[in-house]
Parts: sequence; structure tokens; C-alpha cells
Amino acid sequence: MRELVIISGKGGTGKTSLTAAFAALAARSGRLALCDADVDAADLHLLAQPTVRQTADFMGGCKARIDPELCTGCGICRANCRFDAISERFAVEPIRCEGCGVCVDFCPAQAIAFPQQRCGQWFVSDTRFGPMIHARLGIAEENSGKLVSLIRREARQLAEARGIDLLLTDGPPGIGCPVIAALGGATALAIIVEPTVSGLHDLTRVLELAAHFRVPGMVCVNKFDLNLAMTEAIEDLAGQRDVALIGRIPFDPAFVRAMVAGRTVLEFAEADQARQAVQAVWDKIIQSPSMNPLGIVDYRQTIQ
Amino acid sequence: MIISVASGKGGTGKTTIAVNLAAALDERAELLDCDVEEPNAHLFLHPVIERSRQITTPVPRVDRDQCTLCRKCAEICRFSAIAVAGKQVLVFADLCHGCGGCTLVCPEQAITEVGRELGVIDFGRRDGLGYVGGRLRVGEAMAPPLIKQVRAAADPQRITIVDAPPGTSCPVIAAMHGADFVLLVTEPTPFGLHDLRLAVAAVKLLGIPAGLAVNRADLGDDRVFRYAEEEGLPLLMTIPFDRRIAETYSRGELLVNALPERREQFVELYRRIETIVHRSKAATCAN
Repeated sequence: MRELVIISGKGGTGKTSLTAAFAALAARSGRLALCDADVDAADLHLLAQPTVRQTADFMGGCKARIDPELCTGCGICRANCRFDAISERFAVEPIRCEGCGVCVDFCPAQAIAFPQQRCGQWFVSDTRFGPMIHARLGIAEENSGKLVSLIRREARQLAEARGIDLLLTDGPPGIGCPVIAALGGATALAIIVEPTVSGLHDLTRVLELAAHFRVPGMVCVNKFDLNLAMTEAIEDLAGQRDVALIGRIPFDPAFVRAMVAGRTVLEFAEADQARQAVQAVWDKIIQSPSMNPLGIVDYRQTIQ
Repeated sequence: MIISVASGKGGTGKTTIAVNLAAALDERAELLDCDVEEPNAHLFLHPVIERSRQITTPVPRVDRDQCTLCRKCAEICRFSAIAVAGKQVLVFADLCHGCGGCTLVCPEQAITEVGRELGVIDFGRRDGLGYVGGRLRVGEAMAPPLIKQVRAAADPQRITIVDAPPGTSCPVIAAMHGADFVLLVTEPTPFGLHDLRLAVAAVKLLGIPAGLAVNRADLGDDRVFRYAEEEGLPLLMTIPFDRRIAETYSRGELLVNALPERREQFVELYRRIETIVHRSKAATCAN
């Protein structure tokens, strides 16, 4: 089973639009599964339009709740809480509560309950491209890394159980906990970059992170024609770090028009130029040595 | 006055609006880069960095001579960051949230705390404009404690403009908590609308007044505008798609410098925000 994880460092560079377009292409020649690991602001379903078959709760950490009937107002909880989560009137502010349970254990009146929280939901769905695993993290919730790990594990198991050899995972932006959870064990990374000072800066950081995971990487510059010099600088950086170049995609408002229509750019009539560019990028990805059918990782080819 | 510039979706123009708003206000303002995973504001402001501070979070260190292997530390830790294996205590520093539970519970006082580096905060200025920016150490998973430190470093005498990270989970909450106003930035696309709804839910949860800026306002459809109207979310600024703007951004230039006619638009944006904040404070006092 091969898993291609699509990431970007910087947000809004076109990860999801391209993941969906790659799915449309991959579905033409074989079977695949999809995973939306951007659980914070999941958007892949807007293009993949899944029919949900199964829903499950995602249980995260616990949060403290003080019972005012039992509370004696001794103040030990407030003194020991490092997250300023307990008010002067001894009420827990859930948004600040880290779920460490220190107040619970040290309360002499045993007045603090510590219920586990339902932090979100995850879904097993069918799409026109194949099965899809996706999730919705609750607003203001923690543990997004844990949810990313969970749905990636579920997606792999589902793919293996159904004899599907290819998994496309739409990753989150940034370099923090959800991204760390999205990288480990990937067969290869496709990094979508825009040719801006931010795109280059954020690529540097995400490559530094990805190098720890010994995963092969590929870079695609999206909207490359907005700044050719920057596109070249990005491609130079990729070369220095042993990251394969898989092509350039022009800026094309057809991506937005396709999105408005709820379709991928591959299924959209007006987007000839963009379609050809995406097709060329996908051909390079699927034919790259790192995506070989056996999923064998060549450690000389990983991001340096 | 603290204005947090946020959006559910990435790449909608948060940084563009935050840096240009801050630059338009100049010496009255200070920009806080709270997108510590991928901080970009400095690429546009080019601040002169006057000092930097390393930020750490406390993690336990166990003195083996005093430890009796009683396991109380492992029992209190909800994050599996400390464990007893055979005749030694193992600390998994990356998993530690720094709650101090193990230190408190240890009957032998065998645990002291050392720092795990979260990242760095840079302090600087661009002419009169203040700059405070957090940079998460690459490999560090926990952004919120660093974001809280960046927030705590703000100069209360100035207008604080916070450049928030994308999403709606804990890092964003850390960047919005305690703000007087949240300026939500989106684009009029299905992704932009979907993630705007999530961001609006987060703002409501925090009870902070909010307004909307729509970027690339003419690429997409009108559903974002209709939603804003239904939600009573005031539309405070629209920026059309303009190749010159996209190219200015790509080079790391400020719009208020490259396209000076835009400066007044950002000053006006601040005036509108100020009016809303004052009205909302007056309404709160009246109740």
C-alpha cells in the first residue's frame, strides 16, 4: 500500500484542489482511497462530495469540572493550575483547560470531575473516486494530531482490507502537531508551493521538518507564473535538498470556477491548460521511483 | 485595542491584511506574528530585530538518587510523558505539557524542572511600528504555549494587530483569546465559505465581536456575501483580484507602499473596527 501525503507548509497554496484532481486522475487507471487529514478546516469533501456510510465519535482528552456544591473554596486547584483555567469563583474555563488533571488529583474535597470529551467525529464515506476517510474536529478543540493519526490509520486499514493499493492523503498546513502526525510513515510527500516569499520561507521550514521522517519528497509550484524568479528559487531549494521537481501549474481562475461548481479541475470543461498541467504533474508523481508499486523506500532518495 | 486577524482557511490573505493594517497605523501599532508554525509577517515588514528571547516550557528531570520508583509521577501524568521502566524513570519530553503535576506529587521531591525549547520570540521595529514575532522550533509539536507567550509580550500602550494561524483549533484560539475584535479574512469560494463558518463559530464561542474582509472578492461566487449578511457579520473591506496585488505580495512588498492608494483603505478599516469595538463595549456596559 502506498500513501502519498500532500502538504504545503503555507496554507492556501492549492493542496486540496490538487488532491481532488489527482484523485480524479488516479481513479481513471485504478482504485484508490482518500483521506482528508486537514481536520482543522477540512475541505476535500466539498469537491469529493462523499456519501457518508459510517460515523464515529472522536474522543479526545478530559476536562475538569468543579462541582460548586462540593467545592470548599480552598484555592488549591487555582494555585496549582499552570494554565490559568480556574476563575476566582472556582469555575473551570474549558477553553483554557489543558486536561492535565492536576486540580482533580489535588482537590481535598474531591469536588472536581474529569469527564472525557467528545472532540469531533470521523467518517467512512464513498465518493466517485473511491472510499474516503475524513473527520471534523470540534471548534476550539485540541488533539488534532491524535485525530490525524487516527484517520490515517483507519484509511490504511480500509485500503488494505479492500485490496486498494493507493491512498491519497490531503494534509494540514503548518509544521506543528497535526503536520507531524500526517508525515510519519508516508510513502512520499507531494509539497505544493506558491511562488511567493512566504511560499519559499514556509517550504524551507516544512522541508526541515520532513527531513526528520526520512520520506522522499516532490515539489510542485502552483500559480508559477505569478513570479518566475521565485519559482526558480523554490526549484533550486528543492534541488539542494534532494526533492524531486514534478512540474509547474499556471495560475488559472478555472480552479476557482471548478470549485464553485463542486468539481475538480479535471472534470471541468473550461480548464484545458490547467488540466494538462495537472495531468503532467500526476504522471510524474505516479511514475516516480518513490511511488513504485511495491512501496519500497530508497533511503538515498529522502529529503535531506 | 487588540485586533486578531484570523481565518479558517489558509492562504486567504491574513498576513497581507495584518501587515498592511499595521503599517498604515505605523507608530500607533505593534504587529504580533502568532502564526508561529509558518511566520511570514517579517517577510513584508522587514523589521530590524533588536533582541530575541528563547522560550521554553518546563519538563521534569528526575534525580535517580532520591527516586524510590513509587510511580506516583507516572500515575498523575495524563500525557504519558513520564513512565517507570524497570529501575528507572523515563521522561518523554516531547509529550510533556508542562503542567507540573509530577513535580507536585513526588513525595521525595526528586523532580526538578528544566526547559524544553518551544521556539524563539523576536522583538523589533520597522520605523515606528513595533514587531513581536514567534518562531516555533522545527520539530516542536505544541504551538499554543509559544503563541500565549507572544501575546503576553504585547505592548499594551499600542494597537495590537495579531496575525493568527489558519484553522479553528487550539493555536487559533490562543491567538484570538482576549482580543477586542477578530477580523476574519476569507475568499468567496466554497472552501473559503466553509472554513469561514467554522471561524465564525470559534469567534462566537469566545464572545468576541467580529467583521469580515473578503480577498480576491471577484473570483468565486456571492455565497460568502450572502452568508455574512445572514450572520450579521459586517463586511469591512473587499480587495479585488488584481495581478499587481498578487505580484506585489509574491515579492514581499507592502501594498500600502507599492500601491499607495490602498493606504487610506487600511486606515479606514481601522476606523470601522474602532467604531464597532466602542459600540460593543458601550452595549456591554449598558447591560
